[in-house]
Amino acid sequence: MTPRRQRMLAVGLAGAGLIIATVLTLRSFEDNMMFFVSPTEVAAGEYPADRTFRIGGLVVDGSVQRVSESLEVAFLVTDRRCEVPISYTGVLPDLFREGQGVVAHGRIEGSDGVFVANKILAKHDENYMAPEVAEAIAAHAADKLATNPVAPCELT
Amino acid sequence: MIPEAGHFALILALSLALCQSVFPLIGAHKNDAGMMQMGRTAALGQFFFVTISFICLTWSFLVSDFSVAYVANNSQLALPDIYKVSAVWGAHEGSLLLWILVLAVWTVLVVRYSRSLPEAFAARVLGVMGLLSVGFMLFTLLTSNPFDRMVPAPLDGADLNPLLQDPGLAIHPPMLYIGYVGFSVAFAFAIAAMLGGDFDQRWARWTRPWTTAAWLFLTIGIALGSWWAYYELGWGGWWFWDPVENASFMPWLIGTALIHSLAVTEKRGLFKSWTLLLAITAFSLSLLGTFLVRSGILVSVHAFATDPERGIFILTFLGIVIIGALGLYAWRAPSLDSQAGFKPMSRETFLLLNNVLLVIAAGLIFLGTMAPLLVEVFGFGKISVGPPWFDIAFALPMVPLTLLIGVGMHTVWRSHPKGTLQRKLRIAAIAAVIAGVVVPWLFYGATGPMVTIGVAAGVWVMLAALIEPTRSLRRQPGTPGLTRSAWGMHIAHFGVGMFTLGVAVVMAYAIETDRALKPGASVNVGGYDFEMRELRDAQGPNYTAREALVEIRKNGSYVGSVRPQKRKYLVQQSPMTEAGIHVRWNNDLFVALGDPLGGESWSVRIQYKPLIRFIWLGCLIMAIGGLVAMTDRRYRRVPAAERQAIDDASKGVEGDEALA
Repeated sequence: MTPRRQRMLAVGLAGAGLIIATVLTLRSFEDNMMFFVSPTEVAAGEYPADRTFRIGGLVVDGSVQRVSESLEVAFLVTDRRCEVPISYTGVLPDLFREGQGVVAHGRIEGSDGVFVANKILAKHDENYMAPEVAEAIAAHAADKLATNPVAPCELT
Repeated sequence: MIPEAGHFALILALSLALCQSVFPLIGAHKNDAGMMQMGRTAALGQFFFVTISFICLTWSFLVSDFSVAYVANNSQLALPDIYKVSAVWGAHEGSLLLWILVLAVWTVLVVRYSRSLPEAFAARVLGVMGLLSVGFMLFTLLTSNPFDRMVPAPLDGADLNPLLQDPGLAIHPPMLYIGYVGFSVAFAFAIAAMLGGDFDQRWARWTRPWTTAAWLFLTIGIALGSWWAYYELGWGGWWFWDPVENASFMPWLIGTALIHSLAVTEKRGLFKSWTLLLAITAFSLSLLGTFLVRSGILVSVHAFATDPERGIFILTFLGIVIIGALGLYAWRAPSLDSQAGFKPMSRETFLLLNNVLLVIAAGLIFLGTMAPLLVEVFGFGKISVGPPWFDIAFALPMVPLTLLIGVGMHTVWRSHPKGTLQRKLRIAAIAAVIAGVVVPWLFYGATGPMVTIGVAAGVWVMLAALIEPTRSLRRQPGTPGLTRSAWGMHIAHFGVGMFTLGVAVVMAYAIETDRALKPGASVNVGGYDFEMRELRDAQGPNYTAREALVEIRKNGSYVGSVRPQKRKYLVQQSPMTEAGIHVRWNNDLFVALGDPLGGESWSVRIQYKPLIRFIWLGCLIMAIGGLVAMTDRRYRRVPAAERQAIDDASKGVEGDEALA
C-alpha cells in the first residue's frame, strides 16, 4: 500500500466512523438531554410535559412527609416564590435536609402537578448549593425588589 | 515561620524553574554546552526547593497550624495523622502544590535518565518542562497560595471533607497526578523534537517508556477513583460519567492511542506527525482536565465568574500551551514524511484502527462533557447529558475495538501472511461465541444482545491474549520467547478483556434496590436474604455513627455479614454513608444505610453486583502490562552504533566551532 493510499484509507475510515457516530449519537443526544426548570416555571406550566427534566430549589422547612416505615417521601421545593410538590420513593442522599438545596430528576405525572422524581441529588457540601438552584432563587429575589413586583405564585 | 519558609522555597523554586527553562533553550539554540548543562543543575535545585515547600505545608498540617488559612479550612485537631497528610492535597491550593511536586519529580527522572540522549535534545526537553513548572508556580503563587496566613487563627479547623477521609482517596489524587503530569514528558519530547527538527524512530523509542509510565499511573488513578466512588459515595455505582471523571478519562483514551501510535512510529517510522499530535493532545487534555475540575467551570459557567482571577490565568495558560504547541506543530510537522508502505492486512492497519476508534471515543466524551457548557454560554438554557447517552456513545467505538484487539495483536508488521491468523485464532473465536451465548444463560438465567456481545468480546480478548504467552511458556528450551514488550502487550490486553467482561456482566445483571428494613426483618434481593440483626451506636475518632449488622444468607446457609454505617462527622456536622460490602470473586453484595424511617426502620440500599471486581482487576492488570512493557531491555540499552553516532555528532559540532 502506498503512503498516499494509506492516508486515503485512514481519512476514509475516520470520516465514515465519525459520520456514523455523529448521526447515532446526536439522535440519542436529544433523548438524553435534560433541561433544568425552576419551580416558578413549573407553576407557570413552562416545562416539557412529555419527558423528564430537572427541577431544583430549597426543600421547604417542615414539608418533608414520610409514610411511616415506607420508602415513600413527599416534600416541597421552592425558589422562594413558587413551591412544587415532589414525590420520591427510595433512599435520599446524605445531604438532603429541610432548608437545603436539592436537584431532582423526573417528570410531572398526572394532572395534580406532582413532580415524580426518580433521582434526588444533594451536593456533598453544606455551603454548596447547586448553581441552578442558587440562580433560580436569585432571579426571583431580584423580581421581588423590582418596582413592579410580579404576582404571587398561583399553584394549580 | 515554617509556612513562610515554604512560601519562600516555592519562590526560589520558581526562579530556578525560570533558569531551567530559559538557559537550556537558548543553549540548545546557540549550541552552548555550558548553558545546556545549566538546565540539569537548575532542575535538581528546583526539585529540592519544591520538596522543601511541600514538606513545610505537610508539617503545618501535622502540627495543626491553623494560622495557615489552607490548613484551617481543611484540617482539624482530631483528624487522624494519615488524613492530615492527605489533606495537603485535599483542596485546590494544596493539589496545585502536589502537581508542582510531581512535575519536579518527573523532571528529575528525565535529568537522571537522559544521559544517553543528544545534549541539545535533552536540554530542550528540560526547558519545556521548566516552562510548565513556571506556569504552575506562578498560578499557585499569584492566585492560590497555600501558605496564606489567617489572622486571627481559629482554635480548631473546619475539618477535611469527610468524603476525602478514606485511604482510597488519600492515594487517588497522587496517582492521577503522576499520570497527568507524566504526559508532560511526552509533550516536552514532542516540542523538543519539533524545535530541533530531529524527529526520527529513535525519538519514538525514547518517548515510549515515559508515556507508558504516565499511562499506567493514570490507569491506576482512574481505577482507584472509580473504586472509591463505589464504596464511599454510597450509591454503589462504579462510573457516573461525571464531568470530573470524564476529565481524567479523555487524556487516558488519547494516551492509550499515543502508546499504540508510538509503537508504529518506533518500529516502522510511520504516523510521525500523528504521534506528535497525540502527544500534544494527551497533555493538553490533562491540563484542561485539571483546570476544568479546579476552576469549577464544569459545575457552572457562573462558578467560573465568581473567581475571575483564577479563571483568566487558567485560560491564558491553557491558551499559550495549546496554541503554542499546535502552532509549532503546524509549522514543523508538514516536513515529516515517510515513504514506508503497508498492506491492509498488517499490524499497522490494526493500530491505525485502534487510534481512530480511541480518538472517536475521546471526541464523543468531549462532546458530551462540553455540550452543557456551550449550550449555557450561548444562552440556550441549562441542560445536562445523562449517563445513558455516554454509555451508548462509548460502546459504539469500543465494541469494534475489542473485537479488533484480538486479531490485531497477532498480526505482523508490513503484511500479514494469509491463512495463518484463522488457524491461530479459530479456537479462541469459537470459544468466545459459545461463552457469549452460554454464560449469561448458565450463570444468570437470562440474556440479551448487549450482554452476549459484551461477554463474547471480553472472553475473546482474554483468550486471544493468552495464545502467545502460553506458547512462550511451553517453548523448547533455548528457543527465543516473548520480549518484555510483547509480554506487556499481552498482559495489558488480557486486562482489557477482563474489564470488558466485568462491565458487560455488571451492566446486565446488577440489581439495585431500595428497601425498608428494621431489626429482625429481612428482604430477598437477587436470591440472597439480607437480615438486619441489630442496630447500634458506634464511635470513631472524629465521628459518631449508627451501625447496622446485616446477615446475608442464601437458601438458608450463611454467606457473610456486613456492618454498614451512617456516620456523622462532628465538626462539619455532615452525615456520611459508609457502605457494608461483602466481597467475593464473582460478586459483591452491597448494603448502605439510607435514613431512619420512624420506629427502628431504616431505608436501606441493597445491591447485587456480579463480576464488578473484574473491572478494577482488569485495570490493575492493564497497568501491570504497562509496567512490564516499559522495562523492556531495549529502552535501557543504547545500541553501540547509535552511541557512536551521538558522539560523532557532538564531535562534529566541536569541529565546526574550531573551524569557525
